[in-house]
Amino acid sequence: MRQALLAGGLGVGLGLGLALAAASAGATTIYVSNEKGNSITVIDGDTLEVTATVPVGQRPRGITLSHDQSKLYICTSDDNHVEVLDLETLEVVRTLPSGPDPELFVLAPSGNPLYVANEDDNLVTVVDVESGQVIAEVPVGVEPEGMGISPDGKVLVNTSETTSMAHFIDTETYEITHNVLVDQRPRFAEFTKDGSQVWVSAEIGGTVSIIDAESKEILHKITFEVAGIRPEALQPVGVRVKSDQTVAFVALGPSNRVAVIDARTFEVLDYLLVGQRVWQLAFSPDERFIYSTNGVSNDISVIDVEARRVTKSVTVGALPWGVAVRE
Amino acid sequence: MKLAFCAMAPARPGATGAPHPARLGGVLLRWFLAVLLVAGAVAPATAADALEVPIVYLTLAEQPRPPLSLVEPTLHDEGVAGAKVGIDDNNTTGRFLNQSYSLTEVVAEDWQALTAEVARLLAEGRRYFVADVGAEPLLAVADLAGAEQALIFNVRAEDDGLRIADCRPNLLHVIPSRAMKADALAQFLMARRWSRWFLVEGQQPDDRAFAEALRRAAGRFGARIVETRPYDYDPMARRTDTGHVQIQRQMTALTQEVPDYDVLVVADESDLFGEYLPYRTWDPRPVVGTQGLVPTAWHRSQEQWGGTQMQTRFENAAGRGMVERDYAAWVAVRAIGEAVTRGSGAEAESVKGYLLSDAFRLGAFKGEGLTFRPWNQQLRQPMLLASARMLASVSPQEGYLHERTPLDSLGYDEPESDCRLN
Repeated sequence: MRQALLAGGLGVGLGLGLALAAASAGATTIYVSNEKGNSITVIDGDTLEVTATVPVGQRPRGITLSHDQSKLYICTSDDNHVEVLDLETLEVVRTLPSGPDPELFVLAPSGNPLYVANEDDNLVTVVDVESGQVIAEVPVGVEPEGMGISPDGKVLVNTSETTSMAHFIDTETYEITHNVLVDQRPRFAEFTKDGSQVWVSAEIGGTVSIIDAESKEILHKITFEVAGIRPEALQPVGVRVKSDQTVAFVALGPSNRVAVIDARTFEVLDYLLVGQRVWQLAFSPDERFIYSTNGVSNDISVIDVEARRVTKSVTVGALPWGVAVRE
Repeated sequence: MKLAFCAMAPARPGATGAPHPARLGGVLLRWFLAVLLVAGAVAPATAADALEVPIVYLTLAEQPRPPLSLVEPTLHDEGVAGAKVGIDDNNTTGRFLNQSYSLTEVVAEDWQALTAEVARLLAEGRRYFVADVGAEPLLAVADLAGAEQALIFNVRAEDDGLRIADCRPNLLHVIPSRAMKADALAQFLMARRWSRWFLVEGQQPDDRAFAEALRRAAGRFGARIVETRPYDYDPMARRTDTGHVQIQRQMTALTQEVPDYDVLVVADESDLFGEYLPYRTWDPRPVVGTQGLVPTAWHRSQEQWGGTQMQTRFENAAGRGMVERDYAAWVAVRAIGEAVTRGSGAEAESVKGYLLSDAFRLGAFKGEGLTFRPWNQQLRQPMLLASARMLASVSPQEGYLHERTPLDSLGYDEPESDCRLN
C-alpha cells in the first residue's frame, strides 16, 4: 500500500501505480532480531531474500510492530531500554524507557501502552508509547518474561521464570487478580483470538499449560516426546495459536523441533525439524506461513502451515531471537 | 516471626533486613528476614496466617581463606550470601501464596557449640538446615539424636565418601562431589584427545582426595597419568617485595623432565600454589584441575540459560560476584521453596518426598531441570568448565551417554556404591 501511495505522490502514471499496488498486495516483510549480532535482519516475505541488516542497540531480543505497522519496537536488553525503529527509513528514531533488561513485551491491542517484562527487577513496566513515559510498574514474581494480552486489552498475563507463575493483571488498575502456578521456567504467554484461553510454555518443565482465561483453571498440559531426543532437550519456548484456533505451534528450543498442535484437542500432531535452538515464532499476516528463529544455526525456518512442512531456511545475523512480520 | 512490610515501590531486588546478631555460648546467631517491599498494586500476604518456613544456615567460625591471586577478593560471606538471595526469591513467590521464608545463620566456635546449637534448634522444631561445614562436622550434625526428621543440605563438603559408604537419609548433597568434578574435567579432556596427564598433587588431605578422584576419572574415561609429582607448599605471604622471580624458577623446576604429556592436572584445593603453574611449566602445556581450567558448579562467566539474571540479582544483593558455594546455598534454599510451593506444605517429610520424586525439577540456570539421585541424594547437575575469565565448556560432553540421563555419567553411579537410601 505504501508503494502505491508513494507512486501516486510522485506523480507516476496511474497504470504503473496500480500495478505496484497489485504487486505489493501480498507483500510482507519479516523482521528478525539478532541477539549477538546487535542488529535487525529485514527479509522480503515473498522472495525470502535479506534486503537489509540494520544495526541497533545491544542484545536485541523481543520485537513487535506498532499498531500502524510503521515502527518496530525492540527490547535492546543490554542497553536497558526499548528502541523504536522507523520501518520507512530503517533508522532508530527514539528510545523508550523500559526498566532494566527488557526481554519480551506486548503492545495493547489499541496500540498503546506497551507492557514490558523486566527480568532483573521482578517488574512489569507499563510504557506510554506516545509520551515515552512510564505509566506504572507492577511487581510480579522472580524473573518476569512471557507477556500476553487479551484481545480486548483488559487482561495482561505475565509469566515469571523462577516463580513459575502466570500472573493475571488487570490493565485498568494494574493489580494482579490471579496467580496460576505452572511448570518450571514459564517463558511465553499467548491468548487465543477469542480470549478464552491462555497458552503458557514452561521451558524446564517441558510442558505447555492451557489456562481457561475465565476460571483460571489449567484445562490441559501438553507434553512432548520425540524418539531419539532426550526429554530434557524438549524445552517449549515460543507459542503461536492460529486465529481460527484450529492449530498451534510450539518452539521446542534445543531439540531443534517445532511442535504442531491440534488447538481443539491439544494433541501433538507433528514435530517439524527446524534449525538449531529454536526460540520464537511469528505467523505471516495471512497465516499461511509461520517463521521460527533458530539461535544456534543463525537462520530462520519458513514453515508452510497447511502442509506442516519446512519449506526454506534463510540465513540471518548472529544468534537470531525475536521475529515480527509486517503486512 | 513476623514479616515487615513497608509501602515502597518498586521492589528492590535482594533487599534484606538488617542482621540482628546475638552471641550465646560460642554461637553467633544472625537472623535474616527478607523485607517485602510491597507496592500498592499487590495485596500483601498477611503475616498472621502465612505458612512459615524457617531455614537455618550452619557454619563454623573460621578465618576467610585468602585466594593466592591478589586479583581475587577475599570473601567474608561465601555461601550464606547465596542463601539470602534464595530466601528473597522464595519470598517473592511466597507473597502470592501466603508463604514466608526466613533464614537464621548459626556461626559456631567449634563442633561442640555447633552440635549443641543444632540440638537446641531441633528441639525447637527446626527442620531445614543448610550446612556450610566440612564432612566431619556435617556427619556429627546428621547423626544427632532428633536429627532424623531434619533435612540437611550439604553445600560445602565434596567428599565422595558422603555419597558412598557414609551416606545418610537426612543428608542431601547440593555441592558436586570431587568425583563429579574430576569426571566432568576428564570428559572434556578426552573429547579433545588430551589423554596424557601430568598430575601435580598438593599434600593437604583435600588435595589428595581430589587427586584420587582424578585417578579414578582417568581410569574411567581412558586417560593415562604419565607421572605424578607431589608438591608440598606451606601457606606463605601473598605479597612480597622480592617478587615473582623465585616462584618462576620453582615451578619450572617442578615441571622439568616429565615424560611427554598433553596437559598438567593440578590438585591444590587450598589454593596454595596451583595458580603459580600456568605459563611457568618447563613444557608449554595447559594447566587444568583446581586452577587454570576448573570444573565447577558455578562461575561468574556463566550467563547462558538465564544465568544473567542470577548473576545480576546476586551482585545487586551481595555487592560481589557469585561463586560456587553461593550457588549451592541458593539452590538448597530454592529447592525447599519449590517443594513447599508445589504443595508439599512446610513439613520436612513431605518436602523430602517431593524433592526425591520424579515431579521435582529445579530451574537453576543450567539449561535443564536439576534433580536428586534417589540412591544417594546427590543433586544431578551439568558442570561448568571455566578459566579465570571465560566459560569454556559444560559437561557431560556430547556422546557420554547413560541409561538414565547423561548427568549420571558424572560421579559415582548407583552400581558403584552400596548406598541405597531410596
